[in-house]
Amino acid sequence: MDRMHFGQHSSSQFNEALESIRNHLMEMGGLVEKQVVDALEALLRADSGLAEKVLQTEEKVDQQEIQIDEECARVLALRHPAASDLRLIIAVSKAVSDLERIGDESAKIAAMALQLAEEGESPRGYVEVRHIGNHVRNMLRDTLDAFARFDADKAVEVAAEDTEVDMEYRSAMRALVTFMMEDPRAISRVLNIIWSLRALERIGDHARNIGEQVIFLVKGTDVRHISIDQMEKEVKKP
Amino acid sequence: MKMVDPEVMVQRKDDRQSQSPASQTVKISARDVKIYYGDTQAIKGIDLDIMENEVISFIGPSGCGKSTFLRALNRMNDTIEGSRLEGTVTLDGEDIYDPSLDVVLLRAKVGMVFQKPNPFPKSIYDNIAYGPRLHGLAKRKYDLDEIVETSLRKAGLWDEVKDRLDKPGTGLSGGQQQRLCIARAIAVSPEVILMDEPCSALDPIATAKIEELIDELTESYTIVIVTHSMQQAARVSHRTAYFHLGELVEVNDTETVFTKPENELTEAYITGRFG
Repeated sequence: MDRMHFGQHSSSQFNEALESIRNHLMEMGGLVEKQVVDALEALLRADSGLAEKVLQTEEKVDQQEIQIDEECARVLALRHPAASDLRLIIAVSKAVSDLERIGDESAKIAAMALQLAEEGESPRGYVEVRHIGNHVRNMLRDTLDAFARFDADKAVEVAAEDTEVDMEYRSAMRALVTFMMEDPRAISRVLNIIWSLRALERIGDHARNIGEQVIFLVKGTDVRHISIDQMEKEVKKP
Repeated sequence: MKMVDPEVMVQRKDDRQSQSPASQTVKISARDVKIYYGDTQAIKGIDLDIMENEVISFIGPSGCGKSTFLRALNRMNDTIEGSRLEGTVTLDGEDIYDPSLDVVLLRAKVGMVFQKPNPFPKSIYDNIAYGPRLHGLAKRKYDLDEIVETSLRKAGLWDEVKDRLDKPGTGLSGGQQQRLCIARAIAVSPEVILMDEPCSALDPIATAKIEELIDELTESYTIVIVTHSMQQAARVSHRTAYFHLGELVEVNDTETVFTKPENELTEAYITGRFG
């Protein structure tokens, strides 16, 4: 953490550019977090108005992705960043894609919420959605927090949580498949819940990806595609 | 920011020596080198091994001692009144500060290219032929012609000047003059070429040509380059050494230095946070 001294450049314009990129990332993170929360609420309360709102906001998320990417490209072209500055730009540019995908997944959940509002509620699965949904929301909040504070330890926690979410997702899936076999008339409605769960599980994966970028940013080590234990070891290295 | 414990630094450097991208043979070895200008100590005890056929760049803020250290590698500092060196510098294991050593021969083995192109006020041909004549490298005119052509070819200048070898070297463009100086350095078959900010007076295209040349020359020579352009250090060198206030703070694979430097001072310098 002590290596991260953004904002102390000899060039104040460079400082401003990096600061602006960070702020925009945090802004986008906040918006995406809200999208996830709203989409979940829309699904759980069968609130089609809220679901519509999520779908409309989706475009704004896309715009922010493009804007931040442009800012990153500009800094790369004009400032030739090195070391931690370079890692910041790379990490932001990757995290932005993950955030945009989280936005997409939220929109999918909102679409499912709309369908369920029209077709009638699913007889099962809301407990699982609420449970996994809460878990994933926390992961997203923590991963954005980790990015804001350059906290690699917290990023590892997020990755560890993702493994739990994956397990919960699999067990929910088994329960819902069993239910559908028992009551085939509910299949189409339960499927909407299954797609939503799938979207939540993907959001967890993206939150983990962002956490991995935080570790890259802070420690300079690429921790993608390695186990949580290895990841912890990398982060503990001085 | 705290200064680096030199002991730790030396230990780290030795660890890394095994991963040098060039050959494993040590070409130049400096041990506890201290350089003084009168009462001022410019270099405060540097240990560094330079490998055969590697390109190593020295970076650091102005006055950090990188040029002084570079000049110590072929005893160019000897010409400066009041300068004095402690410690040892060896080339292929031989002490280059041994009083019995012929400095002229040393400088033939360890050539130098300066910041500003400085061709002799002679023809292009004579600029190149001067060194070989002095060192008696060519017995006949024919041999000399060959040395001139090969050197100019290696410096990537032959095609541009082959029709005007008798014209003055000073009539060439800045970039061409600098390549002429490199050709002149090559002509005496050196083993090491020291370059002190060779591109600082050149435009980007001429710079690109010199950088490409450095890349080609590394097959036959060991190259030590001092540069203020960090992009240049990143582009041309295998290893990068960061100097700060007369100390060698970090020497590492260039990629590591520019993506994940180990030392805070290095990080601060290459990201433009002081200087």
